[in-house]
Amino acid sequence: MPSATYAGTTVAVDDEGFFEDPNAWTEAMAPEIARQAGIEELTEQHWRVIKFMRTEYAEKGTGPTVRVLGKTSGVSVKELYQLFPKGPAKTAALIAGIPKPRGCI
Amino acid sequence: MKRVVILGGGTGGTLCANRLRRLHPADQVQITVVDQDDVHVYQPGLLFVPFGLASVDEITRPRHRQLHGGIAFLRVAVDRVDVERRRVHLADATTLDYDVLVVATGAVLAPEETEGLTGPGWRERVHTFYTPEGAAALSTALRWFDHGRIVVNVVDLPIKCPVAPLEFCFLADWYFTEQGVRDQIELVYVTPLDGAFTKPVAARALAGLLDEKHIELVTEFNTGSVDGAGGRLVSYDDRVELFDLAVVVPLHSGASYVGRSPGLGDDLGFVAVDEHTLQSTVDEHVFAIGDAAGVPTSKAGSVTHFEGEVLVENVRRFLAGGPLDASYDGHANCFIETGFHKALLIDFNYDTEPLPGHFPAPAGLPLLRESRLNHLGKLMFQWVYWHSLLPGRDIPGVTSAMPERGKHKVTVP
Repeated sequence: MPSATYAGTTVAVDDEGFFEDPNAWTEAMAPEIARQAGIEELTEQHWRVIKFMRTEYAEKGTGPTVRVLGKTSGVSVKELYQLFPKGPAKTAALIAGIPKPRGCI
Repeated sequence: MKRVVILGGGTGGTLCANRLRRLHPADQVQITVVDQDDVHVYQPGLLFVPFGLASVDEITRPRHRQLHGGIAFLRVAVDRVDVERRRVHLADATTLDYDVLVVATGAVLAPEETEGLTGPGWRERVHTFYTPEGAAALSTALRWFDHGRIVVNVVDLPIKCPVAPLEFCFLADWYFTEQGVRDQIELVYVTPLDGAFTKPVAARALAGLLDEKHIELVTEFNTGSVDGAGGRLVSYDDRVELFDLAVVVPLHSGASYVGRSPGLGDDLGFVAVDEHTLQSTVDEHVFAIGDAAGVPTSKAGSVTHFEGEVLVENVRRFLAGGPLDASYDGHANCFIETGFHKALLIDFNYDTEPLPGHFPAPAGLPLLRESRLNHLGKLMFQWVYWHSLLPGRDIPGVTSAMPERGKHKVTVP
């Protein structure tokens, strides 16, 4: 199983870098994961989304899709794409240390 | 007397009502179906309307006529459900109390959620075939279309019948070839997914077919706005797809009353149920079936049919006070029209993706491979729908649980 080291701690991740165990994540790891994902600095708005992702995951067992994020996080879909240009749901889940959102079939 | 209230008289509501009626004596269980209109559309038929292969009349029947005797049909909209009091509030200010509620009101289209989609050019050069009116308008538009760029776009999932937009592309290729103008027309399939389909083996097969038929595939395109006047589809990350004609599958939500019913649905208005029992995760008296249910499988008629068997059994067990049967496996079974009188068949569930092989029925239909037999199966299915599926009869050789037999276990390297 692949692993990655953030903030001095080694954690298990899947092939795409998503955390296997969300409990292994700490806030100190987020800036490093973000830089790897091409986001140089995490602003307050980034953090708002990251924290929202973790709360949703804790409640529902999966991260929300972009559309649900736009409806419920208080950040519009347009702004979500400005914050996470490579895809808000996936990138925010990656930085928030939760598994890849299941999405739909 | 126990009271079962079924919201929605479409595929799921009708087949559940008919199966429940057969199972329970009328003096023990009262069954009421509620729908806001009396128009039952055979939705798979909408795909054929734009190409003149079916008319809206041919795929439409009255809802109440599909219900067996001893089932009450109320033609009224739902205002909201009071989950705690087990009471449905109807738009005419009357109420219905229930012991079991079955939510079967499907998915509704939300084109207004996409900027510009219903603006200038809507129904002129920006179309959808997901409604009878839309499919009929598109039929007229295609008749006059003889050159230019057609973009077929899925805004986001979930949508009903996720293969339908691909089928539209394949049929358009056939249609314009028949018209003798295919070389004057560019066909482009624009999807938010990272491939032609959600699952890898089928995605590879379907991408191969698109390529063979010279249909361009554009992936990871998240439509932010539609500019009908300028003929432009713009993604949230500012990519642009130009079109002369756009065929768009709009966003889907659950029925609007779900959002007005605290605790009933999720953020998109679908009802959260256990994916194996179809019982609400919020209240044990509530079940959901078909497109209305928030389960991780396709929103498709076959899914609704397979769910129906499990749901009806679980309503029986719930009314009898017994434990539920957690046997729904996510089984889906879909014909995919590929044009030129051929079709594919895919068969899958929560755990098994669509694979090649054979469906183990007497006719032995090939899976994930084009064949004339599959096309005939697709055409024949409308008869099966009205005469066997809706009345709640079992279809010989087709079971709720997905057959493992006949599938070749392959993976994408």
